[in-house]
Amino acid sequence: MRYTLFVKAALEALLTNGMRSFLTMLGIVIGVAAIVIIIAVGDGAQSLILNQISSFGSDIIGVLPGSSDEEGPPATAMGVTITSFTNDDVSAIRRQVHAITAITGYVNGAGSITWGNQSVDAQFSGVSAEYPTVESAELALGNFFSSNDDETLSSVAVLGWQVYKDLFGDTNPLGQNIKIKRHTFRVIGVIAERGTVAFQNQDDQILVPLRTAQKRLLGIDHVSVARMKAAPGSDLTLLSEEVRELLRERHDIGPGEEDDFTVRNIAQALDILSTVTDVLKYFLAAISALSLLVGGIGIMNIMLVTVLERTKELGLRKAVGARPLDMRIQFLAETVIISMLGGLVGLLVGILISYLIAVIARSLGYYWEFIIGLSSIGLSIVFPLIVGLVFGFYPAHKAARLRPIDALHYE
Amino acid sequence: MIELRHIDKEVGAEDARMTILKDITFSVTEGEFIAVMGPSGSGKSTLMNIIGFLDVATRGTYHFRNKDVSTLSENQLATYRSTEIGFVFQAFNLLPKTTVYENVKMPLMYHPRRTPEKEQTALVKRMIESVGLTARTNHLSNQLSGGEKQRVAIARALINDPALILADEPTGNLDSKSGVEIMKIIERLNHEGKTVVLITHEQTVAEHANRIVHIRDGSIESDTAVKNRRSASETEQIK
Repeated sequence: MRYTLFVKAALEALLTNGMRSFLTMLGIVIGVAAIVIIIAVGDGAQSLILNQISSFGSDIIGVLPGSSDEEGPPATAMGVTITSFTNDDVSAIRRQVHAITAITGYVNGAGSITWGNQSVDAQFSGVSAEYPTVESAELALGNFFSSNDDETLSSVAVLGWQVYKDLFGDTNPLGQNIKIKRHTFRVIGVIAERGTVAFQNQDDQILVPLRTAQKRLLGIDHVSVARMKAAPGSDLTLLSEEVRELLRERHDIGPGEEDDFTVRNIAQALDILSTVTDVLKYFLAAISALSLLVGGIGIMNIMLVTVLERTKELGLRKAVGARPLDMRIQFLAETVIISMLGGLVGLLVGILISYLIAVIARSLGYYWEFIIGLSSIGLSIVFPLIVGLVFGFYPAHKAARLRPIDALHYE
Repeated sequence: MIELRHIDKEVGAEDARMTILKDITFSVTEGEFIAVMGPSGSGKSTLMNIIGFLDVATRGTYHFRNKDVSTLSENQLATYRSTEIGFVFQAFNLLPKTTVYENVKMPLMYHPRRTPEKEQTALVKRMIESVGLTARTNHLSNQLSGGEKQRVAIARALINDPALILADEPTGNLDSKSGVEIMKIIERLNHEGKTVVLITHEQTVAEHANRIVHIRDGSIESDTAVKNRRSASETEQIK
């Protein structure tokens, strides 16, 4: 094939000017590397977020008081207190929706926790006895409280791992009395270390029976959220709808009226989050693609200089029989090669840096997937190809249009 | 082989027109060795460019092997340059930072008919050998002396086996000894049947030809056969 020779000639021309060729492709290298890194970091961050969320349990349905449309945050997230969602609602769901295997309501508060002269500030949560099932929590020491404890407003507490360590150090905490907001609680269990789940440290919490927290610590009757676990294999969307219908009935909400609560499941949340992070990722990638444009202009500049510099050589090639098309192909080949080579180097640099970022993120304890998608590889081939063709066109055209005698006598 | 009739060549825009060639009529038959002489600016290079399909006449007709050149497209002209013409320039015009081998091989890639790679290698080596540079095959062009460069240029001109060699002051940049070497080669090529058109302003060089055409101010002043043709070996003896 005759044209492979032009490609070869183009390669030779690039090699004889090694340093300049490298500098010329630098723009493309940086642009492609930026795109690859942004997509990889985007994917990594996405994996981190999704992992955090799904470690919450992908078979979990949550109910929040207050209405919300699908896209926006529920009103409670905005700091509004809504009291319409109660313990009875939680119990009703547990009783009447059969595919729900465990449920717990939540109320939350914060305060200083003391044992002897030790004191820490911690979050306390009132939860139901089925909390360990819903949240996949395991006990390191002792037991969790029973539903009887809940109904009798027992003053018992289960400590998160961090609270246990901060407060008791190496002492056995079981049977010890601690004070939460001046109320005395007996420690009956410690939950094993769980780390950060959904960006919330699960280990610095103190769990007490739901009703105990409502009556003794907070003086309220409502719950601020309920979370429930679906039976394996159930359709979360259908189940959410079932929960919704039940609550609408219980709250006397007529047809056409808005819910005064929000049912969400993790699958939905994951969907929304992925969409958001995808949009962000590709938006950033598109911005860095602009640098490819700049790189392309750089290539065009150098190629125009090259056409001038090699005018005499071009004249000679024409004198020995090169057709305008031959010159065009040779120059286009040069820009495309330089651009695609830049793309390749950029891809490698991008992969390397993305890998380093992943290694660093992991060494800092984050869950971080190192992903180089096919889209990154595809982009770093297709973009430079297009850039090379577009920005090579004008210099190639100039080279093709040179008149051989003018070129030969050019000094 | 070459038939030029009433060739005019003008350059420049409407208001600054310059006539380079005026009413040139002359012909070259196959196997001839013609020297074109004239002071600089007389238009001899332009004439050679027109003969070599690098430039086109403003008026007049040019027939090459009975084909009217003015009807040819740019690509067809390129094909003629590739297959019929071997150029040798005063300034050698070798590719810089490129080996002798690659320089000689270069025109092969523009030839309409592809020579298989193996034959190419053999052909290039044979051409380099024919100008006596086998030992320099892998040297870079800038490592060569002027005479060697011009020999590379000749080997390059011959690679596509053209019928016509156009040499524009081939000895102009060379010392007299190298110049004689080059003239020996050109003479040999003519003996082997190549038609040669050579531009020079040196009488001694021109006398190798069998015809000398004098050009002045764009017109042919004289066109005479050479009676006592000089041969390169003689020139050497005189020195």
